[in-house]
Amino acid sequence: MKNVLGDRRTAALLLAPALTVYSLIILIPVFWSLGYTLFEGNPITGFSWAGLANFEKLWADEATRDALWFTVRFALVTTIVQVLLGYLLALLYVFVLRRASSLVRTLVFFPVVLPTVAVALLFQQLFEYAPRTGPVNALLNVVGIESIDWFSTGSSAFWVLIIMEAWRSMGFYAVLLYAGLVDIPEETLESARLDGASGARLVRHIVVPLSLPVLFSSLIFSINGTLKVFDSVVALTSGGPGSQTTPLTLYMFQTSFSYGQYGFGSSIALLLTMVCLIVTVGIFRSSRRDLTRG
Amino acid sequence: MSTLTVPHSRADLRTPSPTGKRRRRPVRATVQKVLTTAITVVVLAVVVVPLIWLFLGSLKTQAEFLDNPAFALPENWLNFENYSRAITEGNLGQYARNSVLAVFPSLFLTLLFGVAAGFALEVMVWKGRSTVLLLFLAGIMVPGQMILLPLFTMYFRAGLTGSLWPLVITYTAIGLPLTTFMMATFFRSVPRELFEAATLDGASVIRMFFSIGIPLVSNALFTVALVQFFFIWNDLLIAMTFTNSDELRTIQVGLLNFRGQFGQIEYGPTLAAVCLNVLGTLLIYLFLNQRVMKGLTAGSVKG
Repeated sequence: MKNVLGDRRTAALLLAPALTVYSLIILIPVFWSLGYTLFEGNPITGFSWAGLANFEKLWADEATRDALWFTVRFALVTTIVQVLLGYLLALLYVFVLRRASSLVRTLVFFPVVLPTVAVALLFQQLFEYAPRTGPVNALLNVVGIESIDWFSTGSSAFWVLIIMEAWRSMGFYAVLLYAGLVDIPEETLESARLDGASGARLVRHIVVPLSLPVLFSSLIFSINGTLKVFDSVVALTSGGPGSQTTPLTLYMFQTSFSYGQYGFGSSIALLLTMVCLIVTVGIFRSSRRDLTRG
Repeated sequence: MSTLTVPHSRADLRTPSPTGKRRRRPVRATVQKVLTTAITVVVLAVVVVPLIWLFLGSLKTQAEFLDNPAFALPENWLNFENYSRAITEGNLGQYARNSVLAVFPSLFLTLLFGVAAGFALEVMVWKGRSTVLLLFLAGIMVPGQMILLPLFTMYFRAGLTGSLWPLVITYTAIGLPLTTFMMATFFRSVPRELFEAATLDGASVIRMFFSIGIPLVSNALFTVALVQFFFIWNDLLIAMTFTNSDELRTIQVGLLNFRGQFGQIEYGPTLAAVCLNVLGTLLIYLFLNQRVMKGLTAGSVKG
């Protein structure tokens, strides 16, 4: 019996296609990309040895610093906004709407499955300034505020991006956190209520501590996803005005494909990977420490 | 849509809560009821109003856009000219076909390879399988940018750049870590006795894989397929990198190019194109929303 399930040839046969594709398309390219950081050029012009020049350039490059700063800023703000909104929605589902929340959950989740490009084009229209006044500016006009040219400055474009990301993903975090909140035993909540805790106090002292693990995993998902932001930025602002909303991902894409600098592009990709790794490990370690303390 | 949902939630709120606190404090309960209804309405409006505005906009003519206020209703509710222009002049049909041709073959391959690997890694017994599973798991963390340039070089040298093959191959590979990992997890929950009984009956492993393994996880397979579908269908990075001509563009890249083609000046066709794109996912979502939600939140490790 063990012999049949332990048959190495069959196991190899079943595993081979997946392992081959995975190694060829993901594993080898990761190391290949590391190798590129030591070269200059691209497949069309040919490569030449550059040593550590790409890393020196990365260190000194102003545009890299701006892109890194934008990436970090965007990831932090988006994470806070989308996890917070998601958490508030999850609380709404669990404690206010209760069983009736199904329809609300379904509707609020819908933007999650929409193509980012479609959402971005929609938001461009919503926030339009000229030649037509878009709905958002029209609303502002109603309350007596002048129309804002949202995409003309880096900071307002940044906020439109954040609003769009929040709109797109709050339903996702709401469902994720909802699953964590539903797991809190009813008896615990009931005994806290009997002890006189209600409303905000109940949430602060009972609900939040008990849902800390799922909150932390939401934070990790969110920050990891937002550090890699690409589609939204490309489709909404294409990095502009100027390069004020250019994240590392887009900067890497531009250097590699618009300027054909594969070595430098790979160095930026490596920087991005390192940032993702450091942040994930950092959050993971701090969350473990917090959990053991609590 | 929001008007449909509010009575639901309100009806639920009216039923007394099990603690009985609400009955004792009726004034506070009414305030609470009004407040929660208001919050629910605002939440739903935030999600639904932009989509309704999108649909209304797709029916408006250019003159309506420029002359009427932003929230005006379309003058002619049957004006589908924007749609036909988006599909013909905007090439939307061609882009959608390319997406289908790239997405479904890679979806099929990912699932087949992923289930087979999951089966070999979880059901079968051999040394080093946990190491291989870890190796697959590591792939989930790699950002797409890290493998883009070597892949471009590879496809360029192999002469594949003028076709949809780079997309099919890359999508298959990118889906594999998550699919393999999730399939291994699902196989773990299947009682081992089932497979052991089958071996006693004389079934070969390959036979067992196809007639017991796949049917057993078919539900999970469907969920994973949905998750992968949304990831690949909505992808922009891979599609942008490997489609260099207009004939090869997928629907997302095509849509991105709408900005250039119609500019932001021609609102109708742009909104119609966005609307068509939204409609496609809406249909799948309407029928399978519970599954999509569960699957995406379970498979979100990929972020």
